[in-house]
Amino acid sequence: MSGWRHPDLGQAVDRSRILRFSFDGAAVEGFAGDTLASALLASGTRILGRSFKYHRPRGLMAMGAAEPNAVFDVTLDGRTIPNQRATLTPLLDGMQVRSVNTAGSAGRDPLGALDLLHHFLPAGFYYKTFMAMGWMRWEPMIRRMAGLGRVNANWHPPADVETMNAAPQVLVIGAGPAGLAAAKAAAESGSRVWLIEETCALGGTLRWRGGQIDGADWTVFRDATLAAIEAAGGRVLTDTTLWGAFDHGLFTAWQRRSDAPDIHWRLRPSRTILAAGAIERPMWFSGNDLPGVMGAEAALHHLVLHGAVAGRRIILATAGDGAYPVAGALCAAGAEVTIADARHVTPDAPEGVHLLRGTRIEAATGHGAVRRAVLDHKALDADTVLMAGGWTPSVQLHCQAGGKLDWDETRDALVPRPGTSAVTTVGAANARYGLSEALAEGHAASGGSGPAPRPTVETGWSYAPLRPDCTLKGRVWIDMQNDVTLKDVAVAAREGYTSVEHLKRFTTLGMATDQGRTSNFAGLSAMAALTGRTIPETGTTTFRPPVQPVPLAVIGGRRRGALFNPPRRLMLEGAHKAAGARFREYGGWLRPAVYGAGDEAALALEEAQVARATAGLYDASPLGKIEILGPRAAELLDFTGYVRMSTLTQGRARYGLMLSETGIVYDDGVVLRLADDHFVLSASSSHVAGVIQKLEDARQDRFGSDGVVIIDRTAYWSTLSLTGPAARSVLNRAGLPDHGLPHMSVAETESDCVPLRIARISFTGDRSYEISVPAQQAAAFEARLVHALEAEGGRRIGLEAVMLLRAEKGYILVGKDTDGVTMPHDLGWTAPRERRTDEFVGKRSLFTAEAGRSDRRQLVGLVAEDDRGALPTGAHVVAPAGMRRSQGFVTSSGPAPGAGGSHALAMIEGGLSRMGEVIRIFHLGDIRHARIAPACLFDPVGGRLDG
Amino acid sequence: MQIFPCPFCGPREEHEFLFAAEAGKVRPEPAAKVSDEEWAAYLYHNDAPKGIAREIWYHQTCGTYFLMTRDTVTRDVKDSRFLSEAST
Amino acid sequence: MTTRYSSLALLREGFRGHRGWRPAWAKATPQPAYDAVIIGGGGHGLATAYYLAKNHGIRRVAVLEKGWIGGGNTGRNTTAVRSNYFYPESVALYDLALRLYEGLSRELNFNVMLSQRGMLIAAHTPAQMEICARIANAMMLNGVDGELMGPKEAIARLPLLNQTADARYLCLGGIWQGRAGIARHDAVAWGYARAASALGVDIIENCAVTDLRIENGSVKGVATSLGEIRTERLAVAAAGATPGLVAGAGVHLPIHTYALQAFVSEPVKPCLDTVLLYLGTGTYVSQSDKGELVFGGGLDRVPTHGQKGNLPAQEKVVAGLLEMFPAFAQLKLLRQWAGVVDVVPDSSPVIGPAPGVEGLYLNCGWGTGGFKAIPAGGWLLAHLLATGQHHEISRPFDLDRFIKGRLIDEAAGAGISH
Repeated sequence: MSGWRHPDLGQAVDRSRILRFSFDGAAVEGFAGDTLASALLASGTRILGRSFKYHRPRGLMAMGAAEPNAVFDVTLDGRTIPNQRATLTPLLDGMQVRSVNTAGSAGRDPLGALDLLHHFLPAGFYYKTFMAMGWMRWEPMIRRMAGLGRVNANWHPPADVETMNAAPQVLVIGAGPAGLAAAKAAAESGSRVWLIEETCALGGTLRWRGGQIDGADWTVFRDATLAAIEAAGGRVLTDTTLWGAFDHGLFTAWQRRSDAPDIHWRLRPSRTILAAGAIERPMWFSGNDLPGVMGAEAALHHLVLHGAVAGRRIILATAGDGAYPVAGALCAAGAEVTIADARHVTPDAPEGVHLLRGTRIEAATGHGAVRRAVLDHKALDADTVLMAGGWTPSVQLHCQAGGKLDWDETRDALVPRPGTSAVTTVGAANARYGLSEALAEGHAASGGSGPAPRPTVETGWSYAPLRPDCTLKGRVWIDMQNDVTLKDVAVAAREGYTSVEHLKRFTTLGMATDQGRTSNFAGLSAMAALTGRTIPETGTTTFRPPVQPVPLAVIGGRRRGALFNPPRRLMLEGAHKAAGARFREYGGWLRPAVYGAGDEAALALEEAQVARATAGLYDASPLGKIEILGPRAAELLDFTGYVRMSTLTQGRARYGLMLSETGIVYDDGVVLRLADDHFVLSASSSHVAGVIQKLEDARQDRFGSDGVVIIDRTAYWSTLSLTGPAARSVLNRAGLPDHGLPHMSVAETESDCVPLRIARISFTGDRSYEISVPAQQAAAFEARLVHALEAEGGRRIGLEAVMLLRAEKGYILVGKDTDGVTMPHDLGWTAPRERRTDEFVGKRSLFTAEAGRSDRRQLVGLVAEDDRGALPTGAHVVAPAGMRRSQGFVTSSGPAPGAGGSHALAMIEGGLSRMGEVIRIFHLGDIRHARIAPACLFDPVGGRLDG
Repeated sequence: MQIFPCPFCGPREEHEFLFAAEAGKVRPEPAAKVSDEEWAAYLYHNDAPKGIAREIWYHQTCGTYFLMTRDTVTRDVKDSRFLSEAST
Repeated sequence: MTTRYSSLALLREGFRGHRGWRPAWAKATPQPAYDAVIIGGGGHGLATAYYLAKNHGIRRVAVLEKGWIGGGNTGRNTTAVRSNYFYPESVALYDLALRLYEGLSRELNFNVMLSQRGMLIAAHTPAQMEICARIANAMMLNGVDGELMGPKEAIARLPLLNQTADARYLCLGGIWQGRAGIARHDAVAWGYARAASALGVDIIENCAVTDLRIENGSVKGVATSLGEIRTERLAVAAAGATPGLVAGAGVHLPIHTYALQAFVSEPVKPCLDTVLLYLGTGTYVSQSDKGELVFGGGLDRVPTHGQKGNLPAQEKVVAGLLEMFPAFAQLKLLRQWAGVVDVVPDSSPVIGPAPGVEGLYLNCGWGTGGFKAIPAGGWLLAHLLATGQHHEISRPFDLDRFIKGRLIDEAAGAGISH
């Protein structure tokens, strides 16, 4: 037991509300307002966790995001959040807290025996061993021992974090004295200020150090700041971590709310002031990782806010003035305090405090916790060692925003180089630790008018620089969580891992969940000393978001389940659903696959057979309806298409391809000519945006702004495709005009004041009508059509049936039957390539040596030579004898609803000149035989199109 | 999140845009007179400049292709204009 | 001094405070001339130097690195190694790499921690399963291990994969490659550096190449921040920096550079035992030996040379991870970084002589897939440098494929991107 609860102190806790929780199974009590860290400290629990590698006992060391040791799996109401930092977790009644990375409990961990082997497990030892029997032999054991907390497989946290955007005029990060002064000055000049504070309250160090500003208690200054921010229309967010600086002045913040889901803020301020404070440096002596060794400022923080006193016999090691008030406060609270100051010239000791000048701490000793401290070779009894080793400014966001750092010799820190980022850094983050200079700098950064706020009493903050001493005996820890010692740095230096990035990667220094807050400076300065370089020569590692670990749930936001890549929905979805449709996503659209219950393949075949026998109706609304208008419309289509459209007569339709400039088939579709200067291009449903992009490219690059415009009217129309021998009868029965349209023609008409566009276009090989109706009027229209359809013996059919119909007809689906090397002549479509003399997109690429090869993969049909049903799609074609080399593959396959039997489409090397050849089909080791046939199996002469 | 200025719509977030090509390429024509090498150069050669780049971008929401000049290292946008205003 | 790594050596050094370890690689300063110079001290450049010395006996070799070795894309990826490709040319290349990886720790005497835990490319639509079948069959015909896995077996390997009714995509199975896995990325760079250095190669860090010296169409040397270096055989293995390095020599490349981000969660106990790429979300993930989830997704779509990730891609990739594994929403993002990847139109690498410059060779265009290919990239580039001729495996990846129109486009060919 060393920590204890002071009977009176603790301004943040409510002693009337006792909260009960458990730690590694033991019952513990705390107060409302405690953090897990302060409650455990006050309870006297010393060992809070085990280190990553050696399973050394570890206690509470720091405050806020810097805490490396006290990391827990916290369960509340049956829900566990792994790896919670105790210093950042408010205590709640009923929490079950479990230390991570312990076999058993933090107090009793049999793996602690690993520490005995530490001589043989230096930094990077795993690069030098575990090779003999292969890494896989050892890996399962290593994996089990690694890792901190556990993922709870049965809990899916909800995707309930809102993403919110805001554009404050001034963003102030950190609400300590410098941040408050900056926010106040900016707000008073009328700016909308957003003040972001990571902890639950404003004030920073003022909260536990107190102080008077402009002659009154600092809280008066705080309240005036709040009032000014509110008056100017700004906002204050506490419990909010500003965790990332991104391109073009974007910042991200994670706001924690106790009564509602967290918020993911995306802030784009006009000005940003960084007042994130500084991290207290630990000190480097043997045994500095023992439970009971703690940061001095953290001890003061836990004392004043929570009444949690670090110990009863305390050695405070330092070389700076800032620690003296800490010693005074602890002494006043009832602890016996000795300051060991490395300097010979020091302030006076606070009342009751024993001061040893010119005294360095060499070691902390004890089994499982501090029992003694060794000061200049003399051992003193102590249960607690506090360290005040100076300060490291929190400059992460300045660096994330592109800023550079300079080494400030007098302040012994890397400080932001002004003007190198869009962020202005003030206060302790800029190594201005004193209250008056922090206030003044904050005030000035906002261009505050009048005198800056002034403290009544100035605290001393100067300190003598301390560095890790690589000659010290014993094990001196730098990175507590990842178990990196000074000796590990020496090993890295000896083996040549001297660049800071190599040091980090080789030793894992600074890569733990505390992100090296207390360790990076030590590692950097130790490496500088070992290699005879200065700190700026040694350099720093790159700072990247997040500033501290941020829940993935916050970054992911609401995008989950139905809101993850939401598919597009049909206007007629309700009607399809009512008819029993089973939906699936096709090219980003949710469409009926089949109707009814039962085996999908059987249903699809049945639907397709009805369509072949009488009529089928399917929803083709996702088909693109891109209108090209203007005197140069035909010219544009000629250039962007493989087939000329300028020769198309008004009222007619023509099938065409769009190529990319590399000659690859990008999309196919039908073009309708409604008027001399008016075309409609029906792109594939998944390619609409891409086709428009290609059309716009040609239009803007080649045609200028005059003569042709492109309008996407896909969403305006719903399109129903009626197909089958009875299609015309269905139309007649529905009272719709057929206009005697021949195959590949179009008419604009209306029925009952509903405008209609009826096109005789077939994707099935049967007489078909593609009827477009304004989407808003589609429901009633479809009902009327279905009524007539069913009276004629037809039915709705889903996409799976359409796939069977089009495949047996040899109609391709771009992207399924073609791939990224398919050119139009591979589909047997050679005429434009051979005859067109004008320019068109992709033309030149059709004439490379590769494009002219006779063994290119070409689209053909395949008929199985056996009676084992349809050939498997994805199967490969191999030569009838000899080596099993792939000559192509099956792209579409299934039963042939019209022709009977089964049919497949395939891309086969030189396939068009191999008709009738029997080849082998390889699928997952199985071999079948099939005969190469024309792609079109159903109605090869095309009589049914006009049937 | 970068902000790109569409000359038609004004500043918009980067995910509304698609990079099209580096600026300054002229499509060699007619096909019959273009060598394999010339055509490949047109299709594939890029400078991928480190620093200032002149690029053609496409704003998906309004369909405008435009010329943008930006720094590929700092990501600062220097200029953006309609193709018709570009003096290539 | 202890040179060779082993458990015994570790034990011996443990008793004397690890004072006997030698530098893993010698910190060399440039000599006036070399038989071959390699620009770029990433995995590919270092492997090239090692195989030049090892396979071809050419030891007067320098590797010039402008920063610290392994600091580019070698140290900025999600460490997956695999050869589950479609085209025979790709399979030959990536499986050469995988085979070399399989013996690499012992060959280099440096544990690169190859963990062949298997990789699943998971599909969620029948159409994707058909494509998976096409690839699995291609892998079998090309002689590498690959199988088409059904939904039950696939889901059994992914116990935390959400398959409840609220999942956006239900897994129908996918392609399984058992030999695929992950390796420790830094160790690959360091291991090659150490082995190359032991064979006499000079590894020169903090040495930026400022210009190529070319006379009458032949390489004569390079100008560097550490002075002039003469050589008549020069290889560039500098990923996104390649276009800028060779532009002065009149060499134009089909490269665009983009940032590709990778993400790491806090470490947790083992909860994911395979490498997964889910086609529905485009997110890929594995768990490192340390317990961190290492994951990534698509490129940031703005050409850049800055090693910095953007927020839209971050939000999208994280959302993709949580869509697959909603339990991971309990975890926090610990680190994120970006590499500048050199992307060519067919997403296959460029290996071969630079046209028009005698003695200049290229190894670039790996895009998002360079790490897994490091041993092969080095092996093949060393062959080119030593013999002046293509190895049969690198021949299809020559720059001339863009003129001939013979692209090797895995993404377009197989419908699945890298």
